[in-house]
Amino acid sequence: MSESLVVPTMAEMLAEGKQPEVLFWVGCAGSFDDRAKKITKAFVRILNRTNVSFAVLGTEESCTGDSAKRAGNEFLFQMQAMMNIEVLNAYEAKKIVTACPHCFNTLKNEYPELGGNYEVIHHTEFLKSLIDDGRLTVEGGQFKGKKITFHDPCYLGRANKVYEAPRDLIEKLDVELVEMKRSKSNGLCCGAGGAQMFKDAEPGNKEVNVLRTEDALEVQPDIIAAGCPFCNTMLTDGIKHAHKEGEVKVMDVAELIANAQDL
Amino acid sequence: MSYLDNILFAILLIVGFGFFAASVKKIIRNINLGVDVDRKDNPKARWKNMALIALGQSKMVRRPVAGILHIFVYVGFIIINIELLEIIIDGLFGTHRIFAPYLGVVYDVLIASFEILAILVIFAVTVFWIRRNFIRLKRFIHSDLTGFPKSDANYILYFETVLMILFLLMNAADYHLQNVPEGIFHKAGSFPISQFIAPIFNGMSNELVVLLFEVFWWLHIAGILVFMNYLYFSKHLHILLAFPNTYFANLKPEGQFDNLASVTNEVKLMMDPNADPFAAAPPADENAAPSKFGASDVQDLNWVQLLNAYTCTECGRCTSSCPANQTGKKLSPRKIMMDTRDRLTEVGKNIDANKGVFVPDNKSLLNDYITPEELWACTSCNACVEECPVNISPLSIIMDMRRYLVMEQSAAPMSLNAMMTNIENNGAPWQYSQQDRLNWKNEN
Repeated sequence: MSESLVVPTMAEMLAEGKQPEVLFWVGCAGSFDDRAKKITKAFVRILNRTNVSFAVLGTEESCTGDSAKRAGNEFLFQMQAMMNIEVLNAYEAKKIVTACPHCFNTLKNEYPELGGNYEVIHHTEFLKSLIDDGRLTVEGGQFKGKKITFHDPCYLGRANKVYEAPRDLIEKLDVELVEMKRSKSNGLCCGAGGAQMFKDAEPGNKEVNVLRTEDALEVQPDIIAAGCPFCNTMLTDGIKHAHKEGEVKVMDVAELIANAQDL
Repeated sequence: MSYLDNILFAILLIVGFGFFAASVKKIIRNINLGVDVDRKDNPKARWKNMALIALGQSKMVRRPVAGILHIFVYVGFIIINIELLEIIIDGLFGTHRIFAPYLGVVYDVLIASFEILAILVIFAVTVFWIRRNFIRLKRFIHSDLTGFPKSDANYILYFETVLMILFLLMNAADYHLQNVPEGIFHKAGSFPISQFIAPIFNGMSNELVVLLFEVFWWLHIAGILVFMNYLYFSKHLHILLAFPNTYFANLKPEGQFDNLASVTNEVKLMMDPNADPFAAAPPADENAAPSKFGASDVQDLNWVQLLNAYTCTECGRCTSSCPANQTGKKLSPRKIMMDTRDRLTEVGKNIDANKGVFVPDNKSLLNDYITPEELWACTSCNACVEECPVNISPLSIIMDMRRYLVMEQSAAPMSLNAMMTNIENNGAPWQYSQQDRLNWKNEN
């Protein structure tokens, strides 16, 4: 827990004439949001422990433009995309991992047409591949026997059909994985996508995150697992709204894996 | 020998199909008002989608009760239409059950299966009617469906029931006449359902039953022709358009939104260090429409989106799965599709009334039909797209209209403007400096 994180940048790598195995795209939430920074660090602890050669862009990283594009500002999105692509291509990035499904979707699907062609994977898929390759072993640890439900992020699930990797990881923890009544392709949004994170909701009779948290609380979990920093925020707020913060935690899959290993 | 019947029948057919052809032509013209988009790539995957989703009804059974009942009606529609071919030939040439001698026992099996399907259709349609009018499922009593859409749905159910009843009555009269001692009709077909209806003709004179048979026969075929022509005015067009719609549907990942090419060109120019900022603009193409970012009216949408609008049968699965709608917001993906279709119909009528040219009517899809409040409530979660049994994308229309609001009108909500300013200035949606992006590394 106390060992400090080793986080090389692409610039440092280049100076040493090295190319990392994978570029870790941290994203805006992962860089600045207090809650999401913990996810970033948990993921880095796993990378450090498993000796994965990785690097971040650091101060050269900029917003992918996802929320600008979904708000309708195609200009701003393409400006951001082309600047990022210039940087990524200059470093000859080949493989990118990110803990944010929004960055994941944008980098994977919307950058290629603009000249950015990379293999892009979500951190749950990457962690799964580390386990499959025998580079990471996971045991239940503190989570053994706990009841965990996974909330599918729209931009990981429906948008890109990644449903199994996060579930496979959770199941490695010797926990009871329970499904909400709406999950996988039927999963209900947390309410943050499409730039909603950055605005107030239109008039209605309920907040989307409250409704989704109700889905989760229905299965009486100890932990709600998420795979997206925005879903994490929305569900954490939902738990507070339901006054359940003492009983139910919202954790990213990477945090579950890292904490199970006492990293 | 009088050929009056045959001539009358031929006229009825010509009029029925003639009007229908004119409607189809209008629909195609209206769909082509949309801007072009290439959906000819990967025909293999497209045929597969059509086979699985339209022909195979694979997405219908996501909701099993409605899905299975719908399969009864759908298979009934497809299979019973085989019989229509015989009815048309019989009508034109004054024959009776012309296929029977050629098909032998197969004919018996066919007629029997038509009858069983007909009764299944009546059963399914009755359940649909009860769901709509008595159980009052939320998606069917939704505010989207006030007025004509509500009646339209019931008219279709009544039409189908009446057509099936006429079909069975016609067969029952036929069965009766085949089995009277005088043997008025030659023996043909097997009638597992209508043989139980046939006793209602007992005691009637043969002449009367023949007359009734003719009445049922004529009403059935005329009913079908009327129903076919009703499609154009109804949500029921999906029975035809589901096929092209699933063929031309988006094949890319649901999360991938298109990159506007017109924007790409400008951004590339802005980022090109060799571009001459004072260079004269390239000569304008006089015929080119003034370019507009995003969509404010139906002509700004692409033709697949317009095809989507005509294909929508207002089932409301999209709306019932929409997080915004479930939490009481005004947005309803179904309404997005219905509004698009209604506006397109209005534009089409305008063109018809003005000798083929659209005369501006001071109306548009945006504001007059779809309000910004609806558009801004979308979370882009793709639940509506995933749910649609025929692969319609309400989301793509919502996004194109947001683009218009933001890029043409600068009419985003204040908070979103702040977010976008932050991205522009700091490379993040919040007010943090890009120089601080790696600070987390050393924080505890």
